[in-house]
Amino acid sequence: MSSTLDQGAEMSLLHIQNLHLSMHSFEGDAHVLNGVELKIEKGQIWGLAGETGCGKSITGLSISRLVNTPPARYLDGQILFNGRDVLKLKESDMRQLRGREIGMIFQDPTTNLNPVLRVGEQIADVAYEIGRIAPEILGLTATARASQRKKAAQKLGVDMLERVGIANAAQRARDYPHQFSGGMRQRVLIAMALVGQPKLLIADEPTTALDVTLQAQVLKLLSELVSSSGTAVLMITHNLGAVAQICSHVAVMYAGHVVESGLTQEVLSHPQHPYTRALIAALPKPGIQRGTLSTLPGRVPNLIDPPPGCRFAPRCAQASHECTLAVPALVGKSDTHRIACVHVQPEVFA
Amino acid sequence: MNLVEVQSISRLYPLAKTSWFGERPMHQALNGVSLTIPQGKTLGVVGESGSGKSTLTRCLLGLEPVDGGRILYRDQDIAAHDTAGRLRHAARLQIVFQDPYASMNPRMTVHNIVAEGMVIHQRELGLTAQERTQRVVQLLEQVGLGRDHMHRYSHELSGGQRQRVGIARALALKPECLILDEPTSALDVSVQAQVLNLLHELQQEFGLTYLFVSHDLAVIRYMCDDVMVLRAGTVVETAPCEQLFEKPQHEYTQSLMAAMPETAWFA
Amino acid sequence: MNESQAWARAYYRLRQNWLSLVGLVLVVFLLVVALAGNQLAPYPEHISGSVDTAMRFQAPSSAHWMGTNEMGQDVLSLVLGGARISLFGGLAVVVLAAVVGTMVGAVAGYFGGWTDEVLMRLADLKLTLPGLILAMAVAAALGAGTMNMVLAISLSWWPGFARLVRGEVISKREEVYVLAARALGAGSVRIMWRHILPNILSPIIVKMSLDVGFAVLTVASLGFVGIGVKPPTPEWGLMLSTARGFLPDYWWTAIFPGLAIFLTVLSFNLLGDGLRDVLDPRSRR
Repeated sequence: MSSTLDQGAEMSLLHIQNLHLSMHSFEGDAHVLNGVELKIEKGQIWGLAGETGCGKSITGLSISRLVNTPPARYLDGQILFNGRDVLKLKESDMRQLRGREIGMIFQDPTTNLNPVLRVGEQIADVAYEIGRIAPEILGLTATARASQRKKAAQKLGVDMLERVGIANAAQRARDYPHQFSGGMRQRVLIAMALVGQPKLLIADEPTTALDVTLQAQVLKLLSELVSSSGTAVLMITHNLGAVAQICSHVAVMYAGHVVESGLTQEVLSHPQHPYTRALIAALPKPGIQRGTLSTLPGRVPNLIDPPPGCRFAPRCAQASHECTLAVPALVGKSDTHRIACVHVQPEVFA
Repeated sequence: MNLVEVQSISRLYPLAKTSWFGERPMHQALNGVSLTIPQGKTLGVVGESGSGKSTLTRCLLGLEPVDGGRILYRDQDIAAHDTAGRLRHAARLQIVFQDPYASMNPRMTVHNIVAEGMVIHQRELGLTAQERTQRVVQLLEQVGLGRDHMHRYSHELSGGQRQRVGIARALALKPECLILDEPTSALDVSVQAQVLNLLHELQQEFGLTYLFVSHDLAVIRYMCDDVMVLRAGTVVETAPCEQLFEKPQHEYTQSLMAAMPETAWFA
Repeated sequence: MNESQAWARAYYRLRQNWLSLVGLVLVVFLLVVALAGNQLAPYPEHISGSVDTAMRFQAPSSAHWMGTNEMGQDVLSLVLGGARISLFGGLAVVVLAAVVGTMVGAVAGYFGGWTDEVLMRLADLKLTLPGLILAMAVAAALGAGTMNMVLAISLSWWPGFARLVRGEVISKREEVYVLAARALGAGSVRIMWRHILPNILSPIIVKMSLDVGFAVLTVASLGFVGIGVKPPTPEWGLMLSTARGFLPDYWWTAIFPGLAIFLTVLSFNLLGDGLRDVLDPRSRR
């Protein structure tokens, strides 16, 4: 794994810097993202973990610039994808990125497939569209005719279904989504997201609607697919178990800020930030007596009127006056483990 | 004693006919399912979607009839109940639902949601409106909410608070046995911890018996004394909790265990 | 968030669509006019039937803002007086149809099976006869009078509500909170009254509002063909019918009642559209 220490010579695949987002609503402006910091390199599988309302889904959507502005407003920061700031691109340039360089899988496989179109057609549609800007995906050149492209797109569709492990792909491509089970539909969505050979795949809660055995299968499939192609993955989830299963790295978010990030092994076995520690302590594990699960006092902060400085301070046992002065920066001796807390010294854990 | 005893029940649902001729195809939601829950204990039910767990809960509550076998509550067949008997059964066996959003009428205040059971059973309980409100306050405090929550609507509460209201509602009739249908699946981890602690506390205080349905094996292992694995309407394996997790016998159970994320190495 | 905040939020959303605000203002204006018609009219005696043949067919002037008709009656006073019949007639029709239709639709939707089949075939009878014809036939059979007219029109109106409510009840019947109520021991009546009906009010209210305009039109149509209200009670449709013969010379006798009908239908339609936006649960939160 390359070590990227902001040299500029080696550009990260994705670098979100100090991202601030405000969302307008009837009650007021909610400061939803509060300086998000995230760096993803080629081939890494990142888990973006956090509880409801922490901003992880909006961060994922922001990378593809799928957040509607208004009512949202980016107050500060940049999202650098291969060095280009996604927030400043023209919509036409953005459309070229989506699908081709950045793939997305949304949460619910039931509602994300068109029920009146055959599955093979839906993937072929995606392949065809991407093939217009990047004909090499279809194995053709720019001078290829539309009919050639159509055929190539259909073939690619069937190939992708095979790759995601759907047996009898050619036959099943002619089926409709309701003829697929939940787990298979999720595979179809993965196929659609990967057809453009994206460099970054963003998966928003890809396993939430699935049973435990299906979850394991889908996660395994994801990790196999990306290891062979070198695609980087950002998996947004609230399930730390899923993160532990396939993610090489993890970033934990709280109230719009990344509070801890680094290698999954490191962060989950030696969590340093009080929130991460509390989260892990709250998981039921064998050996803990019933009724004694450790819990966090208080509630998530109101984002319209957030507490000053570190937003976790009101619930933190170690909070001091210093915590309220400014939002702690995400720092660490290296990228293997970074914390955003004024009470944690980087030297202690590196 | 065994509070609940299910003897080999079956439940069939008619499906749409595929042709004019021949018999109507049936879906076997439950096929010869048996279980027992000793008083004061927690039986876990593990099953994936389509396993028949929702059908099982509805049959236990008496909301659906069984097509074969019997369900005994305190050694009495619940199918033999008359209307009065059914009401009594509702008072003794209650349920907490999975989805704290969907399981509450959006137009009712918390007070009315919790008091509803008492209103329905008015004839047996004979409480005045004031007494009912007092009990609502008592229940809300028992689940960790304050009396000022009474006048709110469910959409004004967080997921964890809603689930607490659901628990208060289930406790209003002083039941002996609670069916907990994925009570924490829709909740965040930190909130789940609070609710699980609360459920344990309530069980200790009131001597409740629990039927805990969940697909989250970590939660099942933590909360249950015995576990039953359900698959496509049949019982695949039943065993005391630790035994099931350490030495699963059936290959389906083994595949479930293998799919479980390994979290023991976490901090 | 409490009740008053919920109202504030609803008003905020209504305000965002200025047309529906226009509708609201107009509806309020019309209701005030209908209630206070007899007081506001400059020549209230004309509403009760007195004539002034010396002033026949006067064009609109400062003395008679809308001119006078063939009997010298002030058209403005008649329009204001007619507002009561037309508007309240329309409202009565919609309310009656909504109540009957909701009861039928709820029972059909909740119980399903044969109850559903029988009740819905009853509602379908309406399909076999054009609404206006049915209303005319019933009104003619029942005889003259406002109440009979209202009954007649409601008869052709309730199936629309029944169908709407049936669909809503069928979908709400499967909600988890209904299951929760059943688990507590609730019976059908309680479930329908406490749990299902309050949650399907929005589409019913929207339909009611949108229907008032057309109900007013139907009342006017019946009046136009001479069924329902008898002279000298002023009624917009009746006024239009009588004025037909005087066009185009004495245009004011027809245009003003016509405009009144148009304004009523338009404002209730605008209000109904606005209400739909406000009450749509998807736009809440």
